[in-house]
Amino acid sequence: MSEHADTQHGHDDAHDPDGVGAIHATFKGYMTGFGLAAILTFIPFWLVMSGAFAKSGPADALILLLAGIQIVVHMVYFLHMNTKSEGGWNMLAFVFTLVLVVITLSGSIWIMYHLNVNMMPWTMQDARNQP
Amino acid sequence: MTADNGASKALSFHVEGEHHVPNGTLLGFWIYLMSDCLIFACLFAAYGVLGREYAGGPTTAQVLELPTVAVNTTLLLLSSITYGFAVLEMQANRRGVMMVWLAVTGLLGAGFIALELTEFAHLISIGAGPQRSAFLSSFFTLVGTHGLHVTSGLIWLVTLMVQVGRKGLTPANKRRLMCLSMFWHFLDLIWVGVFSFVYLMGVLP
Repeated sequence: MSEHADTQHGHDDAHDPDGVGAIHATFKGYMTGFGLAAILTFIPFWLVMSGAFAKSGPADALILLLAGIQIVVHMVYFLHMNTKSEGGWNMLAFVFTLVLVVITLSGSIWIMYHLNVNMMPWTMQDARNQP
Repeated sequence: MTADNGASKALSFHVEGEHHVPNGTLLGFWIYLMSDCLIFACLFAAYGVLGREYAGGPTTAQVLELPTVAVNTTLLLLSSITYGFAVLEMQANRRGVMMVWLAVTGLLGAGFIALELTEFAHLISIGAGPQRSAFLSSFFTLVGTHGLHVTSGLIWLVTLMVQVGRKGLTPANKRRLMCLSMFWHFLDLIWVGVFSFVYLMGVLP
């Protein structure tokens, strides 16, 4: 266990104390991820830049859906995420973060939208008297 | 460890045969990335709330240039896969080829930053700086924070190339390379959110 000076980790797995070898990246995995990510990037750019959408409603939903799929692709093929990595703690931290992200995003947008809708109307009188 | 067996026993901080996660650093770095994810979630939420408040200034469709963003996205996606190639070479212990892939990754990242700075400079020059409206404030904060992360990644990349050049592919350097790998791919992941939510949805009618 003398490959490096990190003596605190000096127990059974001294040849690979940081578990770097636990990640087995493969050429095939990276290329699959890259191919999928390229397709998932190209489709929304092409849809928007070619002007295929006249209205934003369905387009927004489609763009968000494709972005969601692409984020999963990145996590699986580039970040090597799975339920087994780090004994599951990886996934646990991720799920917790995901919950917080969803609460932050949907909560902020929902509440602020309703505040805007329910604001008192802005009259000419208000505009003249603003400080 | 030069001490004898007895001293080594006295210094052990865990129960013999205890099962625990072998991979402390990478898990810790993952948790850092998750906290970074929360920062970006807040900035995305701010943009989601303020993104259409133009204050009589330029609108998203007027200031956002999709061709530039398409090039930027391509650069960042390519830099992700070249970093992946560098990791493969690292696993095969081929230092020279790995350094070449790292350099390519760095150049692609630098190209991304250069294009983004050009875009920012153009926006500020036409009077659409961050002080113009709530939309532009939140836009510059979100995209700028991502750009700052990429810049830090570039500095980290150069530092690591120097370290690997001097010390070789030691276990410590391999660990650092895996951390930067996670950081770099994570930034590409955030960029997916940025180009979808800010740019593509912004220019739609």
